[in-house]
Amino acid sequence: MVESNCRFSIFHPYHQMNVWILLVLTAVSSVISYTLGKRKSLKLSASSAEKLHSLPTYYGWHSAICCGLPALLLISIWLSMEQFTIERLIVNTPAILSQTLSDNELNLLMSEIRNAAAGIVLSDTSDILITASSKAYKELQHTSRLILWAATMVCLVVGGIWGYRTICPTFRARIRVEFILRLFLIVMSTLAIFTTIGIILSVLFESIRFFKLVPLTDFLFGLEWSPQTAIRSDQVGSTGAFGAIPVFTGTLMITLIAMLIAAPVGLLSAIYLSEYASYRLRSTAKPILEILAGIPTVVYGFFAALIVAPMLRNTGDQIGLGISSESALAAGIVMGIMIIPFVSSLSDDVINAVPQSMRDGSYALGATQSETVLRVLVPAALPGIIGSLLLAISRAIGETMIVVMAAGLAANLTANPFEAVTTVTVQIVTLLIGDQEFDSAKTLAAFALGLMLFIVTLILNVIALTVVRKYREQYE
Amino acid sequence: MSDSISEIRSATPSSTADVIRSGLRRRYRKEKTFRRIGLGAIVFGLLTVLFLFFSIGSKGYSAFQQTFVLLSVTYDSKVLGLGTNPTEEDLQTANYEGLVKKVLRDLYPTVSGRKQKRKLYKLISPGAFFEIRQRVLHNPSLLDTTEQLWLPADDDVDMLMKGYIDRTLDEDSRRLSDLQITWVDALERQGKIRKRFNSTFFMSGDSREPELAGIGGAMMGTAFTLLITLTLAFPLGIATAIYLEEFAPRNRWIDLIEININNLAAVPSIVFGLLGLAVFLNFFGLPRSAPVVGGLVLALMTLPTIIIASRAALQSVPPSIREAALGMGASLTQSTLQHVLPLAMPGMLTGSIIGMARALGETAPLLMIGMVAFIVDVPQKLTDPSTVLPVQIYLWLDSPERAFVERSSAAIIVLLVFLISMNILAVILRRKFERRW
Repeated sequence: MVESNCRFSIFHPYHQMNVWILLVLTAVSSVISYTLGKRKSLKLSASSAEKLHSLPTYYGWHSAICCGLPALLLISIWLSMEQFTIERLIVNTPAILSQTLSDNELNLLMSEIRNAAAGIVLSDTSDILITASSKAYKELQHTSRLILWAATMVCLVVGGIWGYRTICPTFRARIRVEFILRLFLIVMSTLAIFTTIGIILSVLFESIRFFKLVPLTDFLFGLEWSPQTAIRSDQVGSTGAFGAIPVFTGTLMITLIAMLIAAPVGLLSAIYLSEYASYRLRSTAKPILEILAGIPTVVYGFFAALIVAPMLRNTGDQIGLGISSESALAAGIVMGIMIIPFVSSLSDDVINAVPQSMRDGSYALGATQSETVLRVLVPAALPGIIGSLLLAISRAIGETMIVVMAAGLAANLTANPFEAVTTVTVQIVTLLIGDQEFDSAKTLAAFALGLMLFIVTLILNVIALTVVRKYREQYE
Repeated sequence: MSDSISEIRSATPSSTADVIRSGLRRRYRKEKTFRRIGLGAIVFGLLTVLFLFFSIGSKGYSAFQQTFVLLSVTYDSKVLGLGTNPTEEDLQTANYEGLVKKVLRDLYPTVSGRKQKRKLYKLISPGAFFEIRQRVLHNPSLLDTTEQLWLPADDDVDMLMKGYIDRTLDEDSRRLSDLQITWVDALERQGKIRKRFNSTFFMSGDSREPELAGIGGAMMGTAFTLLITLTLAFPLGIATAIYLEEFAPRNRWIDLIEININNLAAVPSIVFGLLGLAVFLNFFGLPRSAPVVGGLVLALMTLPTIIIASRAALQSVPPSIREAALGMGASLTQSTLQHVLPLAMPGMLTGSIIGMARALGETAPLLMIGMVAFIVDVPQKLTDPSTVLPVQIYLWLDSPERAFVERSSAAIIVLLVFLISMNILAVILRRKFERRW
């Protein structure tokens, strides 16, 4: 990688350190600009009769921004475009254009050239095209970095001088700096939108490609799921079966089992903690239950696969029930334990939000505490409780590690909780783990499942959040 | 109750009290049952926590020790196949495996037959010869001398020493034969086999041999990944929270952003993995299995948590602080940055620590971006292929060897220790800087 005519390897244009040096240089010159700007404004305020518009630090900040910001923008834009541009230039050379390659072949060739340029030898390097192109690639890289260096230097110097020269008593530096800061904050806060758009687009595009191969109705209503057969297009039975009903029912069953555990336990403990428990019990039991929420899901998966599942199988053997070692029951129970704290802490908030006057009214009529809870508090808090249960369900549907480790891979269409079933998340993981090519129906199916998962959890969340918010407003 | 109400309505005033009184016992009984059920739910929750910790702890604690065998190793250059004045390369490629076998044969000279010999060789870890090679390469003058060395035992011997292998079982259904067990027992009587602190577990990367596998590589990968997550998510999250809470006008666009953030917090983590796969790996062509990509994905995932916590922290700063600053002539930016932000910072830090703790335990999205590979080397930089602690736990659990289950539990213990200390840090921070207004 390092050529012989280069004496200082660290300053070599291909060297990775190179960009870091550039960034450090930018930082250093910004700091220098800051001190110079501040000093100039201090001098101005001492000498001139006019008062400065802003505090001296703002003049310093303004100089630093003038010096560093354009350079930073330049570097980031340059680096993000560099590879793409270079590859475009290489592809458009007559040597490669004359070969009339398909897109795939072109990608393959390009990655070989890239590797050769980086000094990684994978295939035979005797190919003249690759050696020549990789040399051109290296040269382009070299020039690109040289231009970047020069341009950044110009940016730093021009920006610094300009920032320094604008300093005068009438210059409103604080307004300018605050404007830039606010701009920066706006850009940051829109990132959440971009993430959502990114999720939707990435999952949607791949799903659309999948639905071109497998019709939507087959996917949504088909009763057979066996995507593993469709590994290569030239295999027998390469079409596979992509009917997602067994996967959906498996997910539903595990979620149902989980909710059968989490809903009563979570709700009752929330009621007990908020209505009955002494301060001491509340202040010890609540954090301990919340530990459950902080435990990583992989630990629950371990617990389900190695402790609960064998325990269930042994009990099943003793009472003569055939419980599979990957039964829906084991995964469901552990998932229920996992979401207990979600239900309990959300319902706790909701129950506490019911005004004390309602409790007092009920007690005044002679109701016992349990009657008050069951006939006044729960009905009053019902929307909020339902909201918290919906959030818990969406959590259970999207949970991955427990089911990956404790539930099965085979998609059985069954209502028996002792048998192995599979879930949406398990299928996504098994379809995408390992190396895969991106145009087979098998890998694209994972994105279609992901899209379903995203849509369902999104709907549940939107409903739950609106319900909870409406409910809170009611009592505020 | 509706029955009793109608009874009360129809009854005369004197008998109303009687009706209520007659129902009292039943109602108090109900009250008691309800109270018991509630207590039962709490006890169930607490017992689960205890059971979970106990079962993992009891499975995992033994992995912090490892069985070693004391052998007198003679670095015989003939056995190693070395001539006089061996070069560095000769030393690299010498027959260390043969040397270990020879040492074992010397220990039990009566062993004959290929089958028995193979059983004998299986007492010592295949990694033992790496250690001997390392010693010779480090100090070539050791050649043709003898020294006493504690070498790692095979994982099956380790399991036997830790009592995980049932000696009463039929010989065929055990991983160690009767003969091997008598050898180990004899070594134990001579004091030549014992358990020591397992430093390999903390230092080395993954391995196919349980006794050589460690979480060093995974911990390094976790550190790199979380570094990226923190440097991205913390400033971004705080900046967003400040803007939304202090500067943003109330309009549709801002409402959209807020709804988005709330929903992103509840999107299943695996969907973020799909995003990482499609956008970072396929579109931007970033390397697979790299902590950079893992950090990016986890940053997007923890961002909503940090934003929500930071907004709550900003909301808890009373408006009087802002008004006082503005009243003194500070600009909105000055009041926010110099007065509100320092007061909200502890809350923001607490929220960020909790968000990072969640990122530390996250597994599913990292499976999607290929951080699930078998990686022996400890990663050195952000683009090296690596794995993280939770994924390592998952990988080991898939292995058939009993010893990997033990190691997996031990890795869980390490992970939980990290998580609990992060949470304790958050609690301390909150206690120390929390201000009641």
